[in-house]
Parts: sequence; structure tokens; C-alpha cells
Amino acid sequence: MAKEPIEQLDTLFDRYMDGKISRRNFIKYLGMAGVTAGIVGGPFGGFTRDALAAKSIRFDGWGGVVSKAFREYAFDPFAKETGIKVIDGEFGDMDTYLTRVKASFPPGGEYNLAHLSGVFDYARYIGLGFGVELDESKIPNLKNVMNAMITPYKKISDGKLSAVPYDLGQTGIAYNTKHISKSKAEKLGASLLWDKDLKDKLGSWGDWRTNIWYAALHTGQSPNDIKKMDDIWDALREQRDLIKKYWSSGAELMSLLANEEIYATVAWSGRVAALQDQGHPIGFLAPKNCYSWQECIFVIKGTNLDYAHKLLDFMLSPECSIAVAKGQKYPPSLDPTRIDMPEEVKKLPAFDPTGKLDGYLFADPEYWNSRQLKWSEKWDRVKAGA
Amino acid sequence: MEQKSWKPWALLAPSLSAVFFLLVVPVCFIIVYSFWLRAPTGADIPAFQFGNYAKFFEDFFYPSILLRTIRVSLETVALCLIMGYIPAYFFYRTETRYKPALLILIMLPFWISFIIRTLSWINILGETGLINHVLMKIGILNEPLSLLYNEAAVLMGLIQYLLPFMILNIYVSLEGIDKSLLEAARNLGCTEWQAFKEVTLPLSLPGVSAGCLLVFVLTSGTYLPPMILGGPGNDMIANLIFKRVIGTLDWPFGSAISVLLLALLGVIVFTYNRYLGINQIFKSLQSGGE
Repeated sequence: MAKEPIEQLDTLFDRYMDGKISRRNFIKYLGMAGVTAGIVGGPFGGFTRDALAAKSIRFDGWGGVVSKAFREYAFDPFAKETGIKVIDGEFGDMDTYLTRVKASFPPGGEYNLAHLSGVFDYARYIGLGFGVELDESKIPNLKNVMNAMITPYKKISDGKLSAVPYDLGQTGIAYNTKHISKSKAEKLGASLLWDKDLKDKLGSWGDWRTNIWYAALHTGQSPNDIKKMDDIWDALREQRDLIKKYWSSGAELMSLLANEEIYATVAWSGRVAALQDQGHPIGFLAPKNCYSWQECIFVIKGTNLDYAHKLLDFMLSPECSIAVAKGQKYPPSLDPTRIDMPEEVKKLPAFDPTGKLDGYLFADPEYWNSRQLKWSEKWDRVKAGA
Repeated sequence: MEQKSWKPWALLAPSLSAVFFLLVVPVCFIIVYSFWLRAPTGADIPAFQFGNYAKFFEDFFYPSILLRTIRVSLETVALCLIMGYIPAYFFYRTETRYKPALLILIMLPFWISFIIRTLSWINILGETGLINHVLMKIGILNEPLSLLYNEAAVLMGLIQYLLPFMILNIYVSLEGIDKSLLEAARNLGCTEWQAFKEVTLPLSLPGVSAGCLLVFVLTSGTYLPPMILGGPGNDMIANLIFKRVIGTLDWPFGSAISVLLLALLGVIVFTYNRYLGINQIFKSLQSGGE
């Protein structure tokens, strides 16, 4: 598949660290990744891409176990059924991907579908003019999606959709149960990430939103209506001295926890479920007002809409959607009151049997996007020691 | 004569085109971007103002990262020099028939991805990595040492990346020294150490300075070792540029920082060329490629 060479190597290392491939195979695949990178990125890259362009559509997602689930349960069966090949790429975080989309020529032109996180991200793409108008009549399976997940998107794009909601998850707290008891984690809640006993054994994602959100919980404020910003920065400065590593990708998060470099960190619910599946002693805590998010498959301007409608409808079919949910460990956007969910899905973190998402706290897109410039810069300073 | 006048240009055209389109044009874009403004959505607004440059110097935060970059670069240069001179000198003096193979060993790390080489330090320095594992196994340690995510780990990552550049530069310079000069020095009564100090070392200084310059410039512009092996306070200027451009979509400010870094490195390279000559680096690189 047409991953960037760096992402190929990241995935390879991810699998090696997870112990899924032997040292011997690691070296073998390393060589193969190099050859692929040479062919795709070298002088023959243009030919390769042209060859792949025939009846194909590009999809960019989060990599690792998430990417694997999409490929196995959605893209490969879709290609088999329709003859349309899905070329999947990966990204480590939302901002990096948006930069790539912005830098492509014409802007957005090299990209088709993206697995975006959060309604705020949808708002950014719409704001930058990267949206399209989907024809809902060509996506019949959209009727099975929770209304609570569709409404926020329609509000942003004048009642139209440029994406379909696909799954939801939470950024909660992962902790090593060998070193931190469940009762202690539950008692401290978000403040576990400020526990001085865990100095140099704490981690966090480098993302400004997540850190400010958790600092708001720690200081007893509403994340979508922070009144005392100075308290937030003070809390983040205090926490910085306890942090060993601000991780930058899901692979790094899993590696830090699995190798016991850190005992507690903010973490994506699906990645924690994947670690638990692998037998690591990792617990997941969703404190009150935990950072919840809903993900969508966004269609970028310039995409062949006929292919996009077909793929989105295929991906929203209950069989595909549930299989992907099981694989990536995030509950699907399908309404559980309309579609029967297997037990495995019902047990996933962030699953809501009511389909209404009452009590889930999402980032208010207008609130967070309007503060991005100021807060992200300030966060970088605080993180670096200012 | 007329026929001759266009031929060099025709031969140079591919190289000049590559330099123009792949270096000059992008740098011009960066310079133009550095005067633009950024909207909160991430959109760029064409403008001509110096706000991005003023922002860099408005307090000590950004200059402090630049100073840290210079400090870490100098430390890397010093360590690479100390660790690089000895093997280069060994390659120069050895008469073994395996010399070409030994030189290939220096190039060997370049065959493996820089990212993989950097990530591999996690397996060595990590709390469950090789060093801690061995030290705990033989009973020297009860608790693992924290060897990762600090400046020492960053320096380690930088040295493994840049040491071959230093060795090759020094080696090429040493190879250019006529060995009969050393014999003459010995015949005139110099000890081995005196011959080295009075003949070899001074004559190898162009290679040393070329290696130092190359290592300094490459260190200043790298962001992977601090990102993968560094902790919260180990960011360098390239990490800052990466965050501004990638993290906050602030291309204008990221461009302004890039221009400032470019200017700083330009001054250093100009000064070096003025007093020592840049051709030594090209000689070394050519030799490395042979």
C-alpha cells in the first residue's frame, strides 16, 4: 500500500516492539520496506502512482491496529466487491495530516478520504474550504448512524455533510496495575497525572488540547468553559516536572506503557484495549468529564464522489462497521438501538447502549478552534520549560 | 570560440536547474512566507510585515532554544571530534589489507534508515533495554537507570548519526599527508608523539575543521534525535520549526525561524569559507562516495 516510507518504518518498528515479528523477520522486512520506499519514492514513483491511480481512492488514517482493522475488514473486501482499490496512508496526529493536505497541490488535491478525529477537526477542514457536499441518498446505511453523532457535523456545514461519523472513543488515563492500584486511580481521577509519587513515571500526549483538557479537570474547571487559564498553565508547569516523555504517536504510547518506561499517561481507549488484549497489565480510567471524541470519514474536495459514496456506504454496513470496531477497539457510530451489537463491541470502552451519548463530553469546536493559535503556542512554551 | 561558450552551460544546465528549482525556489518561498500572517483557522494571509521576526525576539524563550541548539551542536562537534580522530588516524596508519573493508564499515550505518537507527537506542537505553537488563542481571543494579529521554540520550543519537561524517573528513585530510614527512621528522630526532604533534596534527586541521563544520550544520538542522530520545526540555530549533509548521499550521512563523537558522548557518559557513576554504568538505564527500 502507498504509505509514506517513514510510516512504513514506524509500523514495522511498532510491530517489532509489540513482539509480533521476530528479530530475523524485522531485518528482512526492513530491507523490503527500503526497497518499497525506493520504488514508491524514487524515480519510478510517478509510474507507480499512475498505475495505482486506475480505479482507486486514497484513505488516510491513524495507522497501527486501527489501520490494520480498516484494511482487513473494509478496504480489501470493498476492493473485492467493487474493483475499486483503496490506497491507505497513515498519519500520527491531526495537525500533521492537515499540514500535508494543505501543502498538497492543488491544496487537498492529492488526498481523498481521511479518518478525522473530533468535530473540531471537521470544522477546521470546512473552514479551510476542503469540504464537499455528500449525497445522503447514495449512502443508504447512513440511516443506521446515531443522530447524536450526525447533528454536530450538520450544524457546521449548513445542514449538509462532508463526512460520515464512523466511531467514537475517549482519551482517558492508562495506568500500570502492577504499580498503581485501581482504587488509587479511581480516587485520584485526573489528578493521578499530577501524583508526585509517580515523578518520571508519567507520560502525556504532546497535543495541546488534551493537556489543557486534563489540566481543567485537575483544577476543577469545565473543559469547554475554562475560567481560570492561569491555573491551567500553572498546573501544566507543575505536571511538566513530573513527566518523563510527551509521546507523539499511538505506537510510541503503546511502547512506553508496554516497556514500563511510564506507569500512567493519558491514552486513547482503543490503544489501551489493544494493550490489554496483548496481556499487558494496563488499566483504563475514564474520569468524570473524560475527553470523548467522535471520529468521521471526511471526504476532501476534488475526490471522485461516486467512489466515495460507494466506499462510505460499504463501510457503514453493519457487517463491515462491527468488524472494524472489533479490530480497532473503538465502538462504531451505528445506533445500538437499531442495530444489534455483539457482546465484544458492547464491552469496548466508550460504548453507549442508549445511542444518545448523553453524559459524554466532547470538545466544543468553536470554543477550541478559536483558541488554538494562542493556546497551542503557549502550550509549546510551557512544555519546553517556560 | 562561440561554440565553446555555450557548451559549459549546456553541461551545467541539469545541475543548475536542480539547484534552482530544488533549492533557490523553495528558499524564496520560505522567505516570502516569513512575512505573511496566519489566520486562526490555519489559512495564510499574504502580507509584508516583520511581526514573525519580532515575535522570535520578543522574549527569551525562542532565542534560548536557538542557544540550546548551538550548545548541543558544539557538544556534538567536540564529542565527534574526540571519538572520530582516533579511528581516522588508525585508518591512515594501518597497513592491513582489510583497510577498504574497514572503511566500508564506517559507511555501513548509512545503509540503515536514520529513524530505525535512532529508535534502536530505545532497545539499548530503555528501562527494559539491554544495558539495564545486563546490569540488573549481574546484580550491579536493583532498580533500572533512567537513561532515556534526556540530553545525554539526544547526544548519543546525534553522535551515532554524525560520527561517520567526522571520521571521513579527518581521514581524507590525513590521507593527503605525505608519509615521508613523518619519516623525515623521525630521522631528525622527533619521537612518535612529537612527529604527530608537529607534523600530522597541523596538516590534518583542514579535515578537522571541515568535519566540525559539517557536524555542526547537520546537528543544528536535525530534529529526530531530540524528538525520539529527548525529554520535555530537550527540543532544538528544528523541533520548534517542525511544531510551528506541522503542529500549529503556523507556516509564516515557522518560515521566519527557518530563515533565522539559515542566516546563522550562512554566517558560520561564510566565515569558515573565508578563512579555511569550503573545498575541503567537497574533497571529503567525494572521497566518501568513491
